[in-house]
Amino acid sequence: MKLPVAEASAVPVPGETAARGAGGGMPEGRAQGSPRVQKDVSMERQKAMLAGYFSELAHARETGLKVAYTFVPGNLTELIRAAGALGVYPEVNALQSAMRQKSDGYVREAERLGHNEDVCSYVKCDIGMLAAGNIGPTGEKLPPPDLLLLSYTGCFTFMKWFELLQKEYGCEIAMLHVPYQADGGITEDMRRYVAAQLRDEVIPKLEKVTGKKLDLDELSALLARSARAEDDLVWVLDSARNTPSPIDAYFGGVYYVGPIFTAFRGTLECEEYYQALRQEVAARLDRREGPIMPNGVLAEERFRLVVEGPPNWTHFRDFWRIFYDEGAVVVASTYTKVGGLYDDGFRHGRAEDPLLSLADYCLGCYTNRSLPARVDLLASYVRDFHADGFVINSLKSCNSFSVGQLVMMREVEKKTGVPGGFIETDLVDPRYYSQANIKNRIESYLQMIAQRKGRA
Amino acid sequence: MEAEAIVRRCEALYADLSLGSVREWKAAHPGRPAVGLLPVYVPREIVHAAGALPVSLLGGGDQIDIVKGDASFQSYICHLPRSMVELSLTGRLDALDGFVFPSTCDVIRNLSGIFQMTTRGKYIRYLDLPQAMDEGTGGAFYRRDLVALAAEIARLAGREAPGDEALAESIRRYDRNRRAIAALWAVRAGAPWLVALDETYLLMRAGAVLPVEAHTELVEAYTAAVAGRARKPEDRIRVVVVGAFCEQPPLGLLRTLERSGCYVVDDDLFLGARWVEGDVLALEEGRGSVAEESAAPVDGPKGGPHGPPGSDGGGDPYGALARAYIGKSLVASTRYQPDGRRGEDLVRRVRALKADGVVFAAPSFCDPALLDQPPLQKSLSEANIPFITFKYAENTGQFQSIREQAGTFSDSIKLWGEA
Ligand code: SF4
Ligand code: SF4
Repeated sequence: MKLPVAEASAVPVPGETAARGAGGGMPEGRAQGSPRVQKDVSMERQKAMLAGYFSELAHARETGLKVAYTFVPGNLTELIRAAGALGVYPEVNALQSAMRQKSDGYVREAERLGHNEDVCSYVKCDIGMLAAGNIGPTGEKLPPPDLLLLSYTGCFTFMKWFELLQKEYGCEIAMLHVPYQADGGITEDMRRYVAAQLRDEVIPKLEKVTGKKLDLDELSALLARSARAEDDLVWVLDSARNTPSPIDAYFGGVYYVGPIFTAFRGTLECEEYYQALRQEVAARLDRREGPIMPNGVLAEERFRLVVEGPPNWTHFRDFWRIFYDEGAVVVASTYTKVGGLYDDGFRHGRAEDPLLSLADYCLGCYTNRSLPARVDLLASYVRDFHADGFVINSLKSCNSFSVGQLVMMREVEKKTGVPGGFIETDLVDPRYYSQANIKNRIESYLQMIAQRKGRA
Repeated sequence: MEAEAIVRRCEALYADLSLGSVREWKAAHPGRPAVGLLPVYVPREIVHAAGALPVSLLGGGDQIDIVKGDASFQSYICHLPRSMVELSLTGRLDALDGFVFPSTCDVIRNLSGIFQMTTRGKYIRYLDLPQAMDEGTGGAFYRRDLVALAAEIARLAGREAPGDEALAESIRRYDRNRRAIAALWAVRAGAPWLVALDETYLLMRAGAVLPVEAHTELVEAYTAAVAGRARKPEDRIRVVVVGAFCEQPPLGLLRTLERSGCYVVDDDLFLGARWVEGDVLALEEGRGSVAEESAAPVDGPKGGPHGPPGSDGGGDPYGALARAYIGKSLVASTRYQPDGRRGEDLVRRVRALKADGVVFAAPSFCDPALLDQPPLQKSLSEANIPFITFKYAENTGQFQSIREQAGTFSDSIKLWGEA
């Protein structure tokens, strides 16, 4: 594999005060315990993109644009856009609510309405947000869905979630059943099944709500743009193979995947964003600089880690700080593959047919892969990114990710000879996050890793 | 046979976590495999037709200490996968040659991966039940997968893939089983004092391990025997139990529920055994088969090893199973239901059975059951049907609070006509 090489330098990275207010998409939030937060230029760019998008959504009724709610894994953003509609991603709203310290109230409200404490907190956060008036991350009201596009990829709870929303909104709903890669591969039959549903179920319903025939040429053009952005994203994520890594592929990575996992994939804006991001990272690589962390550029890369599982959003920066304070950089993560796994060469629009390409994309998302395949991917990250260790952040909410992670840890340890660390948090329910506990565990784990490195 | 003797036999089968009856069956049928089926639903007809013994696995209940299973799962995951791993790693499932994991939820899905990694040398199969409830897409995909599944299990048995006639014959045997169970359910609804909940439950559980023919005979014999019981109705309320379709409550909990003043006239315990409503094949007279998807861009070869679908009319038993899944499944939490019909269905069922209320009994951390509760409860409230709610684990040992809750529920309905 060819390592990324340094390219033309981007604008120097400014520091700025902790973000408040506008933003959206991927995380944006309070820096607990830190008055100043440093950011990549690309973060600022993303923030502006998202503010514009949420404003477009807020005015969708006036502009006559139709709205499709859908999920990040297996999202059909290009199709939604080609049909002339806008996408809303409830998981992103939930994580945004958590970053703004609102999820606690929303989750409790949903529980007051009868939702059980045991179930996924993303669903409860969304239900609570809806009960509180469906105000989006920018403070503007989100439009109700014209279509619930149930991209049923890699998570059972998605189905229940949209059944609940369908009961609330009474709008059109389209199911896209994406078979699971239980045997570690995609069969022709699976592709045909997904593409047939796109043709017979999803597209007719999209056309029905927009009142417009889908333009397949437009779709193909969007898919080609997606592929170019995907090339740049892969380059950026691969840059972490260098030592020191110019990026943090988990805490930083969640920003990097923001546009491509949500409403922007396939747009010119998105393509340009990833070009600029690549230049920014290339410049850091050129300067042999580490990633920008909440408190500035990381001076010394002491540990290289791989992380499995989504982050906690309610204490995102505190969580990140634990790693930063120890000089630990995440060089690869699986969470940045939930909305699309491009490592193995998949790109949108490269299949023989645009619908088959969308099918390949949905089938390939990380949580749609079998446990042995996930183990193999993690083990390859540990090896290929020269990691000293790997950490599993197991979420109380998420059966899709969490069930089997203890077994996965033992298997990755066996395959790599590298010991794993295991921590437990939740996505957006702050009751399941304990800073002291997590800090303790990570510090002890890194001490152990340091001893191993000392011996090596 | 007397009903009590039948129940004793069923309880012995239930208590035998090492699957002695399966070992006996294998000894009597050399070379034929036994295949374990995880909850909730796998069409056992396919396994039967392929020459294997289908064995439904429903966890270890409260009869097994969990040691290895707990090391594999975090505390916030339901209990069933723990006991499944424990059963597997302690050799209690050694009589089984393979396992089929249906797409029930992410726990069962990921458990299939755990078995792939920890049970070397066994056949591990994931079965993606379709959520696209359309015969042309979901039905066709599922039908093709059933054809493949049958061929794979037949290979385990050293046989050819079952032809249409063999499968049709297996379906007929299960149709008879479904009719026997429906007759028993009719007794439960009409004269619940004749059949205790723990008895019907044990009878159903016997069907998890017995060959279908033997199970049908047992159910028919029991139903005939209880008709002669000289029992009088007691002053109890009639309830429907909802949410216990996968991980099973311990027997003690079921007994507690009835002793607290309830007749359970319907439940979804071990739902997989009753998944299809009515006959699968009787429907098939004069019908075409599940259509393949057509036209570009996803054109491809048509049909399975049994000739092109569409040409076999009523003689397409694979298609009949696929159609039954799409059109004749009971309303279940694990199956896509976009139109709010779950609530309507429950209200209709409660009314048809003249039930006084509903008991929501779901396993802790069971997303499918628990996420369904708020809308179901809303529908019940709108229809003025009272309900109570509790959670359990398969190894729950304390029933005091459930006894009190169910007792109060029953008393208040008896006294005031409402909870
Ligand atoms: S269960 Fe996991 S993947 Fe599914 S909605 Fe919840 S957090 Fe997302
Ligand atoms: S009890 Fe519920 S969550 Fe657990 S395996 Fe069964 S259906 Fe899945």
